[in-house]
Amino acid sequence: MKTFNYLRATDVDVALQRIAVEPGARFLGGGTNLVDLMREGIEAPETLIDITRLPLDGIEELPDGGLRIGALVRNSDLAAHPVVRGRYPFLSQAILLGATGQIRNMATVGGNLLQRTRCLYFYDEASACNKREPGAGCAAREGFNRGNAVLGTSDACVATHPSDMAVALAAIDAVVEVRSSRGTRHIPLTEFHLLPGTTPHLESQLESDELITAVELPPLPVAAHSYYRKVRDRASYAFALVSVAAALDFGADGRIADVRLALGGVATKPWRARTAEQLLLGAAASEDSFATAAAAELAAAVPLPGNAFKIDLACRTVVAVLRRLTTERSGS
Amino acid sequence: MTTHAKTPVDPAPSVPVGGAVGRPVDRRDGHAKVTGAARFSAEHHYPDLTYATMVHATIARGTITAIDTAAAVAVPGVVAVLTHLNAPRIRPVRKGNIVRDLGPSVSGTEVNYLNTDQVFWDGQPIAVVVAQTSVAANEAAPLVTVTYREQQARVDFAAEQHNATPAKGDLTFAGTKKKGDAEAALATAQVSVDLRYTTPGLQHNTIEPHATIAVWSGDHLTVHDTTQSTDASHKYLAWRFGVPAAQVRVRAEFVGGAFGGKFAVWPGTVIAAMAAKAVGRPVRLALSRKAVSRAAGGRTASTNRIALGATRDGRLTALIQDSITHVGSVGGLLEATSSPARHLYGAKNMLTRQNLVEMDLLPNTWLRAPGEAIGSFVLESAMDELAYELAMDPIDLRMRNEPATDPTSGKKFSQRMLREAFEAGAERFGWADRNPSPRSMRDGEWLVGMGAATAYHPVLRLVADVKVRLSNDGTALVQCGFHEMGMAAATVQAQIAADALGIAYEKVRVEYGDSDLPPGPMAGNSNQTATVATSVLAACAELTRKVTALARKTGTTGQEPAATLRAAHTPFLEASVGSTSRLGSLRSQGRFLATFLKDQRWSKAARGAQFCEVRVNADTGELRISRWLGMFDVGHIINPKTAASQLRGSIVMGIGMAMSEQTLVDPRNGRTMSAGLDSYYLPVHADIPPIDVAWLNEPDKSMPLGIIGLGEVGMTGVAAAIANAVYHATGRRIRDLPISLDKTL
Repeated sequence: MKTFNYLRATDVDVALQRIAVEPGARFLGGGTNLVDLMREGIEAPETLIDITRLPLDGIEELPDGGLRIGALVRNSDLAAHPVVRGRYPFLSQAILLGATGQIRNMATVGGNLLQRTRCLYFYDEASACNKREPGAGCAAREGFNRGNAVLGTSDACVATHPSDMAVALAAIDAVVEVRSSRGTRHIPLTEFHLLPGTTPHLESQLESDELITAVELPPLPVAAHSYYRKVRDRASYAFALVSVAAALDFGADGRIADVRLALGGVATKPWRARTAEQLLLGAAASEDSFATAAAAELAAAVPLPGNAFKIDLACRTVVAVLRRLTTERSGS
Repeated sequence: MTTHAKTPVDPAPSVPVGGAVGRPVDRRDGHAKVTGAARFSAEHHYPDLTYATMVHATIARGTITAIDTAAAVAVPGVVAVLTHLNAPRIRPVRKGNIVRDLGPSVSGTEVNYLNTDQVFWDGQPIAVVVAQTSVAANEAAPLVTVTYREQQARVDFAAEQHNATPAKGDLTFAGTKKKGDAEAALATAQVSVDLRYTTPGLQHNTIEPHATIAVWSGDHLTVHDTTQSTDASHKYLAWRFGVPAAQVRVRAEFVGGAFGGKFAVWPGTVIAAMAAKAVGRPVRLALSRKAVSRAAGGRTASTNRIALGATRDGRLTALIQDSITHVGSVGGLLEATSSPARHLYGAKNMLTRQNLVEMDLLPNTWLRAPGEAIGSFVLESAMDELAYELAMDPIDLRMRNEPATDPTSGKKFSQRMLREAFEAGAERFGWADRNPSPRSMRDGEWLVGMGAATAYHPVLRLVADVKVRLSNDGTALVQCGFHEMGMAAATVQAQIAADALGIAYEKVRVEYGDSDLPPGPMAGNSNQTATVATSVLAACAELTRKVTALARKTGTTGQEPAATLRAAHTPFLEASVGSTSRLGSLRSQGRFLATFLKDQRWSKAARGAQFCEVRVNADTGELRISRWLGMFDVGHIINPKTAASQLRGSIVMGIGMAMSEQTLVDPRNGRTMSAGLDSYYLPVHADIPPIDVAWLNEPDKSMPLGIIGLGEVGMTGVAAAIANAVYHATGRRIRDLPISLDKTL
């Protein structure tokens, strides 16, 4: 690890002024990913601005029934929050299926959104990686790519976005609030992360002088009936091969009246499955309609030798989750 | 025995005199380990200690043409950067000689580290940074820039297999074994299977990564090292640095797991001693997990043909196993994958053949149950396949082929209770509840299956020098340079010595893990407990004779030994087995050969029956293990508590091998891409079911106290039991480990 300067911010405005004049600086939240990356020499900031003492760690209910989550709320606290568990259960489940208790106690909401891929070649300095070194090439394409993406990929990059929490947030239509000394912006979570295209080193809309201050959840009745399923290579402490965040509601006619679906582990960003949602909306709840919708969503998938199985796995997992939600609904 | 000490004031439960053996005594090192008091190799402190980090090659084969250390040297706190251009010279590895002495040649590789511009594997250490702090050393190491002239490298096992040639083998394991004409018998068998099984390479991931502290004082070298062979290691270092063995001391009081990965001396140990010599200060070289996977070997990958022929009533007529494994170009181990096939079943015709291919990879090494872990997966999966071909219960098939004598050597078994193990195990596990049809059992979205397999690991006994001192205060001291890697080695030897001397267990102190002590065996091949016990019992018997003679003289016959010593005004009595004099060392080798030949009269092994129940998700293919039973035939158990731990831990390791572990070597360039716990998937707690272990507790009469080593047998048969259960659950045969969910879908 390269030696760095450490500053502790006590005021949001001061932190923003500081980063505005020192573009090489990075904000330090829980550090669960950034510090690892610094140890591996993949990130080497001159200065770390510790923001963990900033007053951004509250969760408040909004008048419209939504929720405003401070960027520094720890993952554990968010997962345990009674309103989250009651109104957005799949968000709580997604967080609890990520990492370990120790890491969740440290990791922040803002940091979780900005965590970087776990592509084996991104982490290996001796290997070519366009994300780490633009123009260097991509060793993952013809290498070990079991963990890599099949959706949203480009010739330059097939790295998966690793977050579970963000998959649920994508399904919820969460909004990310970011601030800089230039002002405040609100970015829909589904637009916050960028597809790799020819610039895989650019991962989000966040500018170098901006700080995530909050994530807002809109009121979403369908989310009360939701489920997050994570499929991986061991029972715990592994990133998803496929994950599915789904919420489902039925009308009086028994047809699907509202649905939210997002995928993790298969895409270069938290993947909102809008194609599938459109097919499901108004459809009868059946294995066939679920399978048709899942297949339509995955139709755009581009497999690699090591991860082609994920297309089928994703379809099967979507069906399993929707079946589960349907069974629960009809049973209740 | 049911009360557990809560404070260090009363660390040991009371054990009746004469009744220590067979009791579930707590581990002696347990308290020190859970409180952090135990000092592991990297945790010793010296004034002026420096910290070292290695630089690893990033090509598989070639020549270093330039190496630029300027940026690394410029990092504040850096003391030295050593490369092949400026590092101290070392002697080449000495050729091994099993009869004379293995010590100096137990080398992970044959490379003259930092003495050559040649690169033999991606990950080979080619420079070391020594600094005032580990932070500075870690910052500087990546700044060393290296230019290479690359050569074509052989790094793709799949592609190189056709270059494999029959292996020669050695004194303990022949490359090829034949009985009758197995191919002809297979061709005419009424029922047969002819299958291909593969296993990936596996990495060592002990809780304590490899680490060394090296301290030179003139021509004397002291090394704190993560080793499971202090004796071999100190002889090895003496040879390489050209100093008398008496001037090298290797200490390893606590080792955080070893499993074979800390037997051979790996580059870190040698480079730490080189660096300490170069900077004239003590050096600590603690490898990162990544560095361990680049510079300390693991298990070879394997490809195996297994063919079984049988009569319709399930008598084996042909058994063929043809295995291909790899070694490095600069060292490596013949992984004895045919070992189970040679000893488990009474097939009339047998052919087992080991083939080796040399590759430009980090040399492979011992990893718990080398040979048997792979071999039992291959053979025991194939037996299950044959049982289904025969429409026969797989345990029945095994029992129909129980041999009367060793099927390869024809020797008598010293003990063989596999039948009893399967019978007791099947009863305890509820095997009879199993519907034999594949895909016939289900629990909601989970397909349920049950599988069984035989566990097998042969017995090897080495020699140990031991000194036992009995003092007139009633205490005894046992000294032997054996190794405590977490399995309660000292605890069980104290139990054995206490009963042999007729004194209380708590009165016995044991010193170990130091090459200055009477040399112990390496801790491997499940030999250590029986090996050390042989000498402890001999020394204690001699002491007892001395005490008895003294008691007659002093009229204290029938009293406790200390009373006799006090009556004779003798502060202590000692008895030894072996000596470190030149003559003594030769005698030790003689004892080794005598024991080895004596043990060779029998076919001896640890055995067992593994049972498991698995669940496979019908939607996603995820595999969960829901129940486990291992029923073992492992001789007389000295300590049920620590024996159960060993067996359980072994089963966990087998579960890892079956479900998720695999070394990812990039076939394009030979680079290990699973160089960390984030990419090398060990099983986590959630993967491990409740594990029931039990044993028959029948002593092997050919062994001291009836002991059979059990450090490795628990791992064998595990992967096969799981694969067989997965077949039962899903109807799918997984012949390539690990059993990942994409294979069961």
